[in-house]
Amino acid sequence: MHDEKTRFVERDRNWHPPAYAPGYKTSVARSPQQSLVSMQSPSVSEIGGPDFSGLRMGRYDNDLLLNFTQGQALPVGERIIMFGRVIDQFGKPVPNTLVEMWQANAGGRYRHRNDNYLAPLDPNFGGVGRTLTDEQGWYRFRTIKPGPYPWPNDPNSWRPAHIHVSVMGPSISTRLITQMYFEGDPLIPRCPIVNTVNDPDAVETMIGRLDMAHSKPMDCLAYRFDLVVRGRLQTYFENQ
Amino acid sequence: MQQPNTQSTSELILRETASQTAGPYVHIGLAPSVAGLPARDEEIWNRMAGPEAEGEPIEVVGTVIDGNGDLVRDALIEAWQADAKGVYQPFFDLRNAFNSFGRTATTFEGSSEWSLQTIKPGPVAHASGQPMAPHINLSIFARGVNVHLQTRLYFDDETDANAHCPVLSRIESPTRRQTLIASREAGDGDRVRYRFDIRLQGDGETVFFDF
Ligand SMILES: [Fe+3]
Repeated sequence: MHDEKTRFVERDRNWHPPAYAPGYKTSVARSPQQSLVSMQSPSVSEIGGPDFSGLRMGRYDNDLLLNFTQGQALPVGERIIMFGRVIDQFGKPVPNTLVEMWQANAGGRYRHRNDNYLAPLDPNFGGVGRTLTDEQGWYRFRTIKPGPYPWPNDPNSWRPAHIHVSVMGPSISTRLITQMYFEGDPLIPRCPIVNTVNDPDAVETMIGRLDMAHSKPMDCLAYRFDLVVRGRLQTYFENQ
Repeated sequence: MQQPNTQSTSELILRETASQTAGPYVHIGLAPSVAGLPARDEEIWNRMAGPEAEGEPIEVVGTVIDGNGDLVRDALIEAWQADAKGVYQPFFDLRNAFNSFGRTATTFEGSSEWSLQTIKPGPVAHASGQPMAPHINLSIFARGVNVHLQTRLYFDDETDANAHCPVLSRIESPTRRQTLIASREAGDGDRVRYRFDIRLQGDGETVFFDF
């Protein structure tokens, strides 16, 4: 499977945010000044990656409405389904891959020992989910829509509502962590972290879209968020 | 050797989803107990090798340092390495004696060291056919890091293998090459320890790879 002849489509470093993005102040002292060293011909060390299909998931691992209290009580907030597909750059589904996510509660507060924002914790909300994609690359979480929160960057910086999303893909070369924003949020264009991404088309790849067809009447709205990971290039002879 | 006939870019119809920083609360998602959340049934963490694993048991520790020389206390690191025979074990199972994948994080207080309990990897063949010196692939995620950084940890007691490693040789500057070499020190009990500090910027900046 992880053939020596496998390569992945080159990661476009101008599409992704640069390491040094001074509008996002923390990046200033945490960005390398030297150039990345190109591997040129990736080896089995870069082409392979972990397979998590044997990781035993808990019953509620992808249901943030229930997982913190193990089904005992519900959190406050706008109930949503977040779902989508993990595909590669050629549109091929990425099956059985690990998708992990974490988020603030409806008030914009994280259940993390370092978050002391004055919005209260929700006793019924943890804010972490994980799942494996199915054979067609689909994943699905049930959660609440997180609230925006202030953070110390500019004198009055607010993060748009967002869910942090982590995907492994078939290789450590396809590894990706991003954030899903919510369609139409007026804080998106004002966010210094969103604005680390220079290309407006690249920002579009991080927007979850309201999907009324997949919402549940009298229950929850749905947001669709597809994740595109690097495509696997195959050699001529493997195609024979 | 045959030339690989790679698919033409006209077939390339989609752009990758753009990366964003993992932020200061990455632990909630990828290391819940570090954040203060209850652990789930099974968590991916830093014990990559148990007592039954073949090979030399080692501990790898280090810090992450920013361009001001300050400790980065909110970094999450992912490790990917071959087993003692130089073979990757992709199928992750907590019941395996050894897993090629692991996670660790720097600590919020104290010396802020990350650590991995593993075994020393064997040499892995490069596409060129030459063996690569034993190494551990590390990915670094943190607040202020917009796209995770990728590096390799090599071992200072593999002088000969390191000198001939086709990947290490790609780094022209001997000074920079040295940033990838972990140093052996006395560990606890019979477990050897290697230290590998990651410098994100400036003096002694670690080599990061694009692949
Ligand atoms: Fe956040």
